[in-house]
Amino acid sequence: MEKRVKFRGWLLPLLLIAPQVVISAVFFFYPAGQAIWQSLFIPDPFGLSMQYVGLGNFEFLLSDPYYRASFVTTAIFSVLVTLCSMVPALFLAVIADRLIKGSGVYRTLLIWPYAVAPAVAGVLWLFMFNTRVGVVSWYLGQLGYDWNHVLNGGEAMGLVVVASAWGRISYNFLFFFAALQAVPRSVIEAAAIDGAHFWRRFWTIVLPLLSPTTFFLLVVNIVYSFFETFGVIHTITAGGPQQTTTILVYKVYSDGFVSQDLGSSSAQSVILLIVVGLLTVLQFKFIEKRVHY
Amino acid sequence: MQKSILGAFAVSTMLSPVAAMAQTEVQFWHAFTGRLGELVAAQVDTFNASQSAYVVVQSHKGNYSETLNSGIAAFRAGEQPHILMVFEVGTATMMSAQGATKPVFEVMAESGATFDPDAYIGAVKGYYTTTDGQMLSLPFNSSTPVLWVNRDAFEAAGVDPETDLSTWQNVGETLEALKAGGSECPLVTAWQSWIHLENFSAYHDVPFASQDNGFAGLDTELMLNGEAQVAHLTAMGEWAQDGKFIYTGRRNEGGANFRSGECALFTESSAGYAGIKAEAEFDFDVRPLPYWEGVGNAPQNTIIGGASLWVMEGHEAEEYKGVGEFLAFLSSSDVQAQWHQDTGYLPITSEAGEATRAAGFYDDNPGTDIAVIQMTANEPTANSKGLRLGSFDQIRGIIDEELEAIWAGDKSAQEAMDSAKERGDALLRRFEAANR
Repeated sequence: MEKRVKFRGWLLPLLLIAPQVVISAVFFFYPAGQAIWQSLFIPDPFGLSMQYVGLGNFEFLLSDPYYRASFVTTAIFSVLVTLCSMVPALFLAVIADRLIKGSGVYRTLLIWPYAVAPAVAGVLWLFMFNTRVGVVSWYLGQLGYDWNHVLNGGEAMGLVVVASAWGRISYNFLFFFAALQAVPRSVIEAAAIDGAHFWRRFWTIVLPLLSPTTFFLLVVNIVYSFFETFGVIHTITAGGPQQTTTILVYKVYSDGFVSQDLGSSSAQSVILLIVVGLLTVLQFKFIEKRVHY
Repeated sequence: MQKSILGAFAVSTMLSPVAAMAQTEVQFWHAFTGRLGELVAAQVDTFNASQSAYVVVQSHKGNYSETLNSGIAAFRAGEQPHILMVFEVGTATMMSAQGATKPVFEVMAESGATFDPDAYIGAVKGYYTTTDGQMLSLPFNSSTPVLWVNRDAFEAAGVDPETDLSTWQNVGETLEALKAGGSECPLVTAWQSWIHLENFSAYHDVPFASQDNGFAGLDTELMLNGEAQVAHLTAMGEWAQDGKFIYTGRRNEGGANFRSGECALFTESSAGYAGIKAEAEFDFDVRPLPYWEGVGNAPQNTIIGGASLWVMEGHEAEEYKGVGEFLAFLSSSDVQAQWHQDTGYLPITSEAGEATRAAGFYDDNPGTDIAVIQMTANEPTANSKGLRLGSFDQIRGIIDEELEAIWAGDKSAQEAMDSAKERGDALLRRFEAANR
């Protein structure tokens, strides 16, 4: 029998949840409602007139092969960003966790990149890989590789992935490092006495015990790669070449705020809302089952 | 009483606001930084010092697109400036925004400022006037593409810098020679769509879009997949594959490569002059934009790029008087001639061009008049008056993508331009629907 505490009256509970409700209403429900409403119109940029088009904006979008391709681009991009930011972070955390001396210094230094704003990170990477004056592209040229992310879609994708993942490694490192400290020493020592070497202990004991953190970071990083990377993409490729780096959110931004096509932009944000909603449900339904708390 | 206290307070803190209180303020938003920003600020200061009734306040609002977007957002919030700088690509957007803008001819008539529409150079003003000749926005900075030549790079590759580069046929042969002579970057360009499609079409007198390039109506369709354009882009694509044409980006990224001395030829706006003159440590000269001998009516005339000043609706009559005075000041011959000589932008009035010639500027700086000659050589035709297409910023983005596909060798010029037409037309139909 579960033990429940009952509160009398409804004023206090209502008052207690009110701030959250107000915040959600102002910053989520109201704008989302506006987006749904606006997605039914083609407005002119100045807000002087609106033409009702029903589902015309959605029809226009879904008949555009570049928009459909942008779903695939987004999937590839977010998987790569998530992997590239989580795997190195975990590796660094494991290594830093083994240190006896100086782990504080490593920890501090590894967190620094997180303080760099995405757009600034984008510019930094762009300088290194600039096709003419970049340091890295120059060295690649010396090795006989002709780097040109301005025309090569694969290279452009690689560059925006690395630039987006780089700052994120710090954030993930912090969480993994904290989680590693929470792994009970006794379990590890018992395994060590049984003769399990370091990596075996890591795979069979540490990694499963980290699963709640890993799951949390997975969700957070996918959300990050979906929504917060357009600064990087804007500064490095602006979605090109030939839209190979145009992810869904970047297109919402560029159609709405650069091209002033608010109808199409609203329709895209409605689609995005649905996609992210589905994705979150999927993550919690299937992946969370495999997480041991 | 209160006013005098406030006034006394202002005197004790700053000096200028006192004057500002009695004066009518005119807000002017523009997109210029660096040297150009300084020059604009200087123009505004000169105007403010020349009279005491009005004070113009200039503010920088980011690049061209950002400035336009700030203006639009401000209008939606009821906080619009009096004067907004809009690049030529945004012209159709502004024209269809009746109720948000106040046509310049109207402002000038109401303000009583001196205004003679015939004083402006036809090819410049044509871009910003209605079909019946009424000026909607004041041309501010206008330029046209020309060919920049690095003479030292020619000599290093063993090619005579005096080679005739007036036609693309000759340029093709020269690129071959430059490449053979060891040049790593024979040709580079800025603003590829503007130079190699929009201006290319005007220069060869072939249509870029139907309905007189959009001047005659919103039901316009792109025609950039015509024979002449495709032939040019095919040649450019081959040069790109052979390493004779180096692609560096959609905007003016190529300028860095040229100014550093790496590239031999550079197709770029005449307004590249200020930067090249300041940075280039080599001998350079300016040539007219090349054309294909025997294609269309080339050389017709090239069209402009740059920006114009739009007056926004929703202010007091007294303030519009100030706007009128300021626009008249900007159009005056001395101001224009100085601007033209400092920046390489075209003068907007014929008088300013003549004043510059009379002052001996073209003799001292050979080649600086090429842009003016190239634009005004022939009376503009329906194909060379300019472009007036809605959502054109977006369409340029599409064109850029398709051009990149050609340079990368992914698509033939015909395939790429057919696709650009199809995608661009879809946006034109949306623009038509939004402004029905």
